[in-house]
Amino acid sequence: MANIPTTMKNKFWATLFAALTVSIATTLLFQQQRAQASSVGYPIGGSVAEFKLQNAKGGTVNLSDYKDKKGVIVVFTCNHCPFAKAYEERIIALDKKYGALNFPVVAINSNDASDYEDESMDNMKKRATEKGYTFPYLQDATQAVAKAFGATRTPHVFVLRNENAKFTVQYIGTIDDNYQDPAGVTKRYVEDAVNNILAGKPVVVTQTKAVGCAIGWKDA
Amino acid sequence: MNAKGWIVGMLLVMIQTVGQAQQVSMVKWAAMDSLFAQKSDTTYVLNFWATWCKPCVTELPYFEQTQQKYLNQKLKVILVSMDFARELTTRVVPFVTERKLTSHVWLLNEPDANSWIEKVSKEWSGAIPATLIFNNAKGKKVFFEQKIDALRLQKELSDFL
Repeated sequence: MANIPTTMKNKFWATLFAALTVSIATTLLFQQQRAQASSVGYPIGGSVAEFKLQNAKGGTVNLSDYKDKKGVIVVFTCNHCPFAKAYEERIIALDKKYGALNFPVVAINSNDASDYEDESMDNMKKRATEKGYTFPYLQDATQAVAKAFGATRTPHVFVLRNENAKFTVQYIGTIDDNYQDPAGVTKRYVEDAVNNILAGKPVVVTQTKAVGCAIGWKDA
Repeated sequence: MNAKGWIVGMLLVMIQTVGQAQQVSMVKWAAMDSLFAQKSDTTYVLNFWATWCKPCVTELPYFEQTQQKYLNQKLKVILVSMDFARELTTRVVPFVTERKLTSHVWLLNEPDANSWIEKVSKEWSGAIPATLIFNNAKGKKVFFEQKIDALRLQKELSDFL
């Protein structure tokens, strides 16, 4: 007989726990969907939070590792997307040109590797080696960095200016105005932005859009 | 192979190519502009996709079913491909043929996407898949930059038809 109230009590707590779990999960789900839909992230001029990610070339990379540089060209990219592939050589060229001027490239892959085998750490390593990436290729396994930036697609570029180890976003968008053909490019948005920052001038075109592959988000 | 055989062979290849290419129209932005400017009471469903985009290809059947379901109504589905123009005959046309797509398929050859993305929707970051539904006579327009399923598509369309 003494068992009955205990069982009832357990049932009550179990029900309460289940209800709480469901409501928390639902709230999180909606929050995530909203974040993806409105692509909130750092605004122009916004300061960038420190991150620490695994590098496909070995070890980890922190944003603060770049505290002595003039800035960083952060490129959200990936292995499988043809838009990203079309820009790969141009990303390598950007690093070669601006790395020498203390404004290097950092590439980040935020795709859910469990959904795209192409995007696994092993395949990232392979890609970085085959193509001779001169810059780190980081895996954003939790997708927290992409969400903080408001990255939605690949390739998606964020040009960061560094002032006394404080990184602020100065340009968000596409590399240039022709994804199909590098020979047909007339506007080099990322180069223009970096050139202006290096010259101590404000960036003129601060935001552009481009077609790209949606970042493959983990299921909520 | 003799010269005659070679010519006949080439002709056959050309006829076949022309026959297939009719299924996919390579368009410039002007085609999109005139679509947005017309005042008809037709509901247009524009789906921005590419042959190699996994989530895009997954949802293509929903758009195909929608076109079939509303054949007698003023509804037109246009699958706007973001594939590279140079892959029209090597990739896009074979894909459309193999999948027997019945909707209109356009390949939008406008590589300066920054100049037109916001004309499709200010809400669009440029990621695909993306879908725009609009009816100018009714003055209605909805846009999604995300995956869409059959149920959601039907629900959104019920506001238009």
